[in-house]
Amino acid sequence: MKSAKAVLVIAMGLTFAAPVLAAPDDSQIERGHKVYDKWCFPCHGTGPGKPGTDSLKARGQNPAVLEERTDLTAPAIKTFVRHGVLFMPMFRKTEVSDADLDAIAAYLTRNNKK
Amino acid sequence: MRVPPGVTPKDFSDAIKQWQEAIGTDWVFTSDEDTDLYRDSYSPFWHEDVEPIPSAAVAPDTVEQVQAVVKIANTYKIPLWTISTGKNLGYGGSAPLLGGSVVLDLKRMDRILEVNEKNHYALVEPGVSYFDLYRYIQEKGLKVWIDPADPGWGSLIGNAVDRGGGRTPMRDHFDAHCGMEVVLANGEVMRTGMGALPGSKTWQQYRYGFGPYVDGMFSQSNFGIITKMGFWLYPEPESYMTGTIAVPKHDDIVPLVANLAYLMNSGIVLGTTTVGSPLNFVRDPALAALRAKPGGASPQELEQYAAQRNLPYWSIELPFYGPAKVVAAQWQYAKQQFSAIAGARFQDGKTTTFPLPADAPTQFPASVAIGVPNLAVFGVGSVRSEGHIWFSPIIPMTGEAVLEARSVFEDAYREMGMPTGPMFFLGPSSNYPRCFLVLFGFPIEHDVEKNRTNREHFKRLIKIAAEHGWGEYRTHTAFMDTVMDAYSFNNHALRRFHETIKDAVDPDGILSPGRCGVWPKHLRKAQA
Repeated sequence: MKSAKAVLVIAMGLTFAAPVLAAPDDSQIERGHKVYDKWCFPCHGTGPGKPGTDSLKARGQNPAVLEERTDLTAPAIKTFVRHGVLFMPMFRKTEVSDADLDAIAAYLTRNNKK
Repeated sequence: MRVPPGVTPKDFSDAIKQWQEAIGTDWVFTSDEDTDLYRDSYSPFWHEDVEPIPSAAVAPDTVEQVQAVVKIANTYKIPLWTISTGKNLGYGGSAPLLGGSVVLDLKRMDRILEVNEKNHYALVEPGVSYFDLYRYIQEKGLKVWIDPADPGWGSLIGNAVDRGGGRTPMRDHFDAHCGMEVVLANGEVMRTGMGALPGSKTWQQYRYGFGPYVDGMFSQSNFGIITKMGFWLYPEPESYMTGTIAVPKHDDIVPLVANLAYLMNSGIVLGTTTVGSPLNFVRDPALAALRAKPGGASPQELEQYAAQRNLPYWSIELPFYGPAKVVAAQWQYAKQQFSAIAGARFQDGKTTTFPLPADAPTQFPASVAIGVPNLAVFGVGSVRSEGHIWFSPIIPMTGEAVLEARSVFEDAYREMGMPTGPMFFLGPSSNYPRCFLVLFGFPIEHDVEKNRTNREHFKRLIKIAAEHGWGEYRTHTAFMDTVMDAYSFNNHALRRFHETIKDAVDPDGILSPGRCGVWPKHLRKAQA
């Protein structure tokens, strides 16, 4: 297994690689929104006590709220979820299934420039 | 394919096939890609061969499937390491203690079986998180509170059986449970308390049932697999308010804590509070210079510094829950008690009334204190933190004990060359009745040498604490043997008793070998 730091470096690169894949449909995005709200929002959402958002902000990521990003890519999102980064842990398939992960990726890339 | 210790590849392959037949191929994970997801994200063994990595993971969905998994494991003598939500980060996460164990992942068992608004209890499965139960209660508009652990993705069952704590009057999570369903090592299902009575109407209302009360044997243990557990909930109170007491002198901590203990043990204050020094939050070069001089700043120097700036030496924020009139009267009485300390000052905090508007809970900064789960605790430490583990001793609820513990651990930190910034000593907090919990965060890094050094420091602190009569309430899997070693009264009589039980209820030693220092007979010698 790659070290988390190595994964981070790769994943950071992937966020800017931005390959354009087939556009997800609305139902996939809607499912992704629900999964995101359950699993990601408590750390990456808005409001007080969101350590993921706070960490990204402190490290100069703008916008720090993931839902507002337009440069995330599906491979990067999947790498972060499955490998973790810094204090973000890995997520198992009993928590976020591969299908749910595809949906999260569809949701977080919905506003990317086509 | 990785193989569990002491198991032949042929037997393991046969077991895998049988598990696949029992619970479905999708829920038996054997590839490195999948089993790596069960590694401890905050492992103190990163990049070392000794990191305990599972050989496989199985994720049943029903109690019958759990029984089937256990029976197959028994046939081939395969160690199973049980997790619930697997998010016990800082204490081992989802990784086994014994490398090669098969993780029994109960996350899919996430049914909320009952929430009773009249008698204020819930019955849940192991995969139910604090977030899950909170959302369920909100969606149904029920007037009950949960008591979340600081990380809201934790399992009610997992946290309670690891004897985790929260902040509301129901903060002692194991104490708040009522009734269990347990799959034993032979695959049999047992219910405890009133659950042993077929058709019982009070499984979640009367804890003890009849005969020996055995529930405690399934906490911090490896004697069974809990598949259902009841929890008492807190009736939504009319209001919540806080009041702060600040005192000017170093030695004021003695009457400050004595009054706190009286109020808590009398049932007047029932939530978690922390004794702290506002001086710890001052970022002033003059104070830093004072602390940096050889031997550090004396209490008298700090008192003088604080007095010159009209700062208190110690402060404490009391939480109150209940009807507004009662809460106001409790705070009034508390102020009367603390007024005996010369120079004590009081500040009324905000009063919050319930129910809150729909969007208010997520904007409430300290929402765990009002039963709303969040993940804010992961904001501790650096924004570049790679994780942490906790050294967490229990000390007496006295001012003298706080001063002694702070002094002892500060000396130990200095001796070991560890940083003793003002935040090294988190707490003491009243997460449990009648005592204080102190937390020391150890950073986890992807640096082998730093982690090795930290592990040695951690073990040294366990021994230093034990020499002073303080023991850990809970620990990371890496230190369970060391902590259990410290509980050594009468030649380790308690551990030997645990082992006697283990040998009787799990003779093949398949359930979570090594959890909390309890090893099966065939692995005991290697751990001695």
